[in-house]
Amino acid sequence: MIGIIDYSLGNTGNLVNALKKLGYESVITKDKNVLSSCEAIILPGVGHFGYAMNIINTSGLKDIIVELSKYKQLIGICLGMQLLFEHSEEGNAHGLGILKGSIARIDTDLTIPHLGWNTLTSNYQSLNGKDVYFIHSYKVSASEYTIAETDYNSNIPAIVKKENITGIQFHPEKSGETGLFILKNALDGSF
Amino acid sequence: MIKKRIIACLDVKDGAVVKGVNFIDLEHIGRPAEMAKRYNQEGADELVFLDISKTQEGHELMLDVIRDTARELFIPLTIGGGIRTTEDIKQLLDAGADKISINSAAIENPGIIRGASRRFGSQCIVLAVDVKYDNQVEDYYVYTHGGTKKTEIKALDWIAEGEAAGAGELLITSMDHDGVKSGFDTQFLKQAANLVNIPVIASGGAGSINHFVDLFQNTNVSAGLAASIFHREEVNIGDLKQELLENGIEVRL
Repeated sequence: MIGIIDYSLGNTGNLVNALKKLGYESVITKDKNVLSSCEAIILPGVGHFGYAMNIINTSGLKDIIVELSKYKQLIGICLGMQLLFEHSEEGNAHGLGILKGSIARIDTDLTIPHLGWNTLTSNYQSLNGKDVYFIHSYKVSASEYTIAETDYNSNIPAIVKKENITGIQFHPEKSGETGLFILKNALDGSF
Repeated sequence: MIKKRIIACLDVKDGAVVKGVNFIDLEHIGRPAEMAKRYNQEGADELVFLDISKTQEGHELMLDVIRDTARELFIPLTIGGGIRTTEDIKQLLDAGADKISINSAAIENPGIIRGASRRFGSQCIVLAVDVKYDNQVEDYYVYTHGGTKKTEIKALDWIAEGEAAGAGELLITSMDHDGVKSGFDTQFLKQAANLVNIPVIASGGAGSINHFVDLFQNTNVSAGLAASIFHREEVNIGDLKQELLENGIEVRL
């Protein structure tokens, strides 16, 4: 069972569809006991960092997520990935602080959002050269956690990993067969 | 570097995909969920689902049809047609939409773009603009209600306003070109894409592979959208992408 953290932001339906395609049952919940019984947890999310953290803080989810991140396979997707870090310019808000680093607006002359299919570069053969679907205007700072990045005038961390924690900036549930493959690898911790 | 996108459009009426010429004379083509599955396999980069009669008929959102369409679709899905409130948007996102396209409602209530992009994020709000050239004034104007009502708003002004209000993307349909298969309106699209700093999806006029090559070589748009030529396989998406690559235009294969 995969636990999808419910904080009312993001179209979790598509994540459920993708998980089902991969053969996983899933549950959308904010209940700590349910989440801690799951084999892996996903923090989804689209939208505004400050707004999202406000919901996470006021609903008491922050302590739950931080606690579970110590021993549970945890995957943050898109905004959910950014929330794992310490701070964002978007709403000038503090994040969960599970990973070290901060979020800043993408600095480019190109169109914003960074929207569409872009190519991963990675030392992992299974990721390198693959096209995945991005849609975001802010990016995570460069760090030792980055295992795949993409180029949009500057390097954008696309997948970060630290032990049991994985962050995916693009939408694996919307990146065709490649995305499903990456989601599966993140879930079973095989990166 | 980011790839140019090829988007298949499902114009849906009464639960079926239809296609007309210049927005009228509709013909049934298939079921949305089946066609979505097909495009997912054929290599379309995105799918747009437009409920083409909702603005005028005002019926309920086709949530069941949209849920069915999203179930086996692992590429982005944009839903449009008659969306009026942020509550509509919430329901559609919950049903499986990744992005929401707003057209007529934005003209009647410009605040909806600002409100929706604040609540759900700019990245999921697409401003759809139907434009038509006025020979007398020699300028492009915005039309609403499925292209049936002319407004007095100049298209380029409206596009700039939409960006400022927080739209994350523009879907521009050239009504003079729609269904005619004579090529995209590259003249207008070039101006539009240079004016704004958000991605532009070009729609209306695609009839052949060369029209897409022409579009991407002569404008800075991010994506080209078509419907019937893909539905009837007059243009195969795989062949189209191959040809774009051979012309130095980067696409996802």
